[in-house]
Amino acid sequence: MAKLKIKNLKKSYENEQIIHGVNLEIKDGEFVVFVGPSGCGKSTLLRLIAGLEEITEGEISIGDKVVNEIAPSKRGVAMVFQNYALYPHMNVYKNMSFALRQARMNKDEINRRVKNAAEILQISDFLLKTPRSLSGGQRQRVAIGRAIVREPDVFLFDEPLSNLDAALRVNTRLEIARLHKRLGTTMIYVTHDQVEAMTLADKIVVLNNGKIEQIGSPIELYENPLNMFVAGFIGSPKMNFLNSKTLTKNISTIVKGAKREDIIGIRPEHLLKTTYTKSIISARLDLIENLGENVLVHMILNNDDQIIAKMNTAPKEPIGTKLHFTANIKNLHLFNKK
Amino acid sequence: MAIVAQTSNLGKIFWPALAWLISIIFFFPIFWMVLTSFKTDADAVKPEFLIFFKPTLENYFNMTDNYDYWRFAINSTITSIFATLFSLFVGVPASYVMAFNPTKNTKNILIWMLSTKMLPAAAVLYPMTFITKNFLNIYDTHFLIILVLCLINLPIVIWMLFTYFKEIPKEIIEASRMDGVNTWGELKEIIIPLAWGGLASTALLCFIFCWNEAYWTVRLTTNEAATLSKLIEGNRAPEGLFFGRLSAVSSAAVAPIVILGWFCQRQLVKGLTFGAVK
Repeated sequence: MAKLKIKNLKKSYENEQIIHGVNLEIKDGEFVVFVGPSGCGKSTLLRLIAGLEEITEGEISIGDKVVNEIAPSKRGVAMVFQNYALYPHMNVYKNMSFALRQARMNKDEINRRVKNAAEILQISDFLLKTPRSLSGGQRQRVAIGRAIVREPDVFLFDEPLSNLDAALRVNTRLEIARLHKRLGTTMIYVTHDQVEAMTLADKIVVLNNGKIEQIGSPIELYENPLNMFVAGFIGSPKMNFLNSKTLTKNISTIVKGAKREDIIGIRPEHLLKTTYTKSIISARLDLIENLGENVLVHMILNNDDQIIAKMNTAPKEPIGTKLHFTANIKNLHLFNKK
Repeated sequence: MAIVAQTSNLGKIFWPALAWLISIIFFFPIFWMVLTSFKTDADAVKPEFLIFFKPTLENYFNMTDNYDYWRFAINSTITSIFATLFSLFVGVPASYVMAFNPTKNTKNILIWMLSTKMLPAAAVLYPMTFITKNFLNIYDTHFLIILVLCLINLPIVIWMLFTYFKEIPKEIIEASRMDGVNTWGELKEIIIPLAWGGLASTALLCFIFCWNEAYWTVRLTTNEAATLSKLIEGNRAPEGLFFGRLSAVSSAAVAPIVILGWFCQRQLVKGLTFGAVK
């Protein structure tokens, strides 16, 4: 177990800079999720920590040791790859014990660790099977097992669930959460899926274009996004952004001190249906998606922007009717348009 | 469905027939050569013995007794095996580096290697003979033949291995690096086992090419290192056209490789059509 520190980290390929000076501190035992759209540099950042990419500038330290020049296997990190990356010519036992055999660990210890990890992950029955004969979920568990047996200081997960189908993804997500609780090891997890990030993380790092946009607990990011990027990325459906022209009231009367060019953000679940006089926005009903437990109401504003409201019951009005909404003042987010 | 039925009716007769026809066209010369090898030189040129003749092993006895077939065969075996091993010895690390640690010049190097195959062999015949004979003193040695066979096959060996290695998912290599293998371990534990089919078919093809090589083996040997190609060549023109004898020598020269190919054809087809790794 160890803390991890990243200081002014930069990474360039040829002339293109991918990571622009990242600073980050991860506490011992913390579950940190790197989240962001594809191409934001989250995987590169993970691979830099793993040692699979060379650091252009800056410093990574694990524990108290700077690991810039240390080989991947000596950093005390273990990685779980998106496509499992199991060795197809070895059975599950050999896959899991490979790193330990490379380290010339004694046989009994190897056996103990593999058996133990297999039990945690409930793959004891597959130990003699080849990866080819396993399902996707089982393969992913073997890949996680391969990381566990090494007893690393830091686990690295690179989009480990994206090759699994939806039902299995939820299951495996829970298993990873349980695993973290059980082992208490520092984990870094990369995903583009904000639901995974919200459910797993102690701390989320939102990345965009090779820069950190915001670091915080899931609830902090949800309640106090620093900018429109984070606000739009965290939460589903996405936060609605309203400029002052689309509001039914003057922006400064809704939020004190707001300027005309500012933007108000309201999450779909915070829009409340009301009458015109009490409303802050009005929009034309366009489409209703009934999800069972709740309803997504798609509407069009007078400037043709779309907004979504998440409601408990579908509005009775016919399509095309103007609906009026307000929101609790504490659920409004004010952003400066950059 | 209708379309499928129509094509399959035509296909049932037409395509197999065409396949057989083409196979027969290709196979016939070999069949004819083997047939002729059992005729006496005199019978071989007589039209009345075209198909029906009294078979004899005379040519084969003649070949082993008077032409030292086994010495040529052993030379062919030695040079082909060592050239193949040496090609792999150089080719495996070379293609490993290019497949897994490519630089921006990797493509150029590959093209350059292939371009050496575009140079007409005849263009370097004189310098090759001159240098090996007068300066290096390695003319007509096994060493020279192994070296030459290795050099002419290396581009193909590297290209083939490069393609097979490329098939191995990069993440598997990265996972093994995270697991702490060194370069040698990576080759031994991961790459060679995973590319085994490709390696085997590359080795086989290289061996076949070495065995069949005639241009250089004929011209850079006189006696010591002469291979079966040289034996065939030697039985050709100088003493007139002895078809029976020539056929026997040729049959005996191709037999080992045909037999080898026959036993390895599954491996060869599997290797050449890829997809053996994932």
